[in-house]
Amino acid sequence: MKRLFAVVATVLLVSSAFAIDEGKRFDDPEMQARYEKLISEVRCLQCQNQSIKDSNVSLAADLRREIARMIDEGQTDDEIAEFLVVRYGEFALYSPRKTGKTLVLWLVPFLLVLFGGYALLRVLKHRMSLPIGDDTEQ
Amino acid sequence: MNRFVWPLVAVIALLVFLVMGLRHGDPRALPSPFIGKPAPQFELPTLKNPEVTIGTNTMAGNYALVNVWATWCVMCRAEHPFLLELAANKAIPIYGINWRDSRLEAIRWLDDLGDPYLASAYDEDGRVGIDWGVYGAPETFLVDPDGIVVYKHLGPLDPVVWQREFVSRMSGGGQAQ
Repeated sequence: MKRLFAVVATVLLVSSAFAIDEGKRFDDPEMQARYEKLISEVRCLQCQNQSIKDSNVSLAADLRREIARMIDEGQTDDEIAEFLVVRYGEFALYSPRKTGKTLVLWLVPFLLVLFGGYALLRVLKHRMSLPIGDDTEQ
Repeated sequence: MNRFVWPLVAVIALLVFLVMGLRHGDPRALPSPFIGKPAPQFELPTLKNPEVTIGTNTMAGNYALVNVWATWCVMCRAEHPFLLELAANKAIPIYGINWRDSRLEAIRWLDDLGDPYLASAYDEDGRVGIDWGVYGAPETFLVDPDGIVVYKHLGPLDPVVWQREFVSRMSGGGQAQ
């Protein structure tokens, strides 16, 4: 039991050594929170299925540095998102902005649910109108 | 019979989208937001001489290639002979952006392998790379005489890509210099 505990503890300690340098530390906790949120929402273009928060490739580090700089300069989240989209396209953001071309991304799921609901209702209504005990449909 | 029509249409539509997705080619290649827009402005010291700077203005007036490279980039080595060939044929002026690299190693690379560039800008911290939306070397931009980005290629250049994607986009065949 003690051994097991030691092994588990070792594994846990070692994994913390793999944690990526969070880079910038802000004095202001609100700015720090914004920074953490922003870097977790920007795609790492070199590795594509990680955010730049989770990646330690060089470009991710560069982008974390740029985002930290822009927060320091007092830019808003929207301005920072715009900075990234102008350079890398909408694809750089994990949660696309609710404007223009990406609006369709946000609307389609709702439209599909509406359409599905309507179809379901029609099928149910049709079934209800069948005589009880007739499951064969027609 | 009729009840199968709509599901069938839906399945076919889905298949069409899936096939389109598969035919998209390299999933890592993103459309560059710069196509059709002015090339991002920059001003950087050249690789070989820190006293001299080059920038977007240096390239104006001709079709030009902007090639993002680094010594740690394996595919840059692969495309290097073709860049040398383009330079030897005076096909087009080639400018380099040496991206996140060591100056000494980059100069040694050019001494060893040959230097196809009119000049390379030295982007040590990747700042200009970000402005150009670079996310993996090698990347090559084709900039027209008005300074508009016409095309961007991700990955190594070769004669096939050159003919298909670059030459076709240059009016007058791009005999410049």
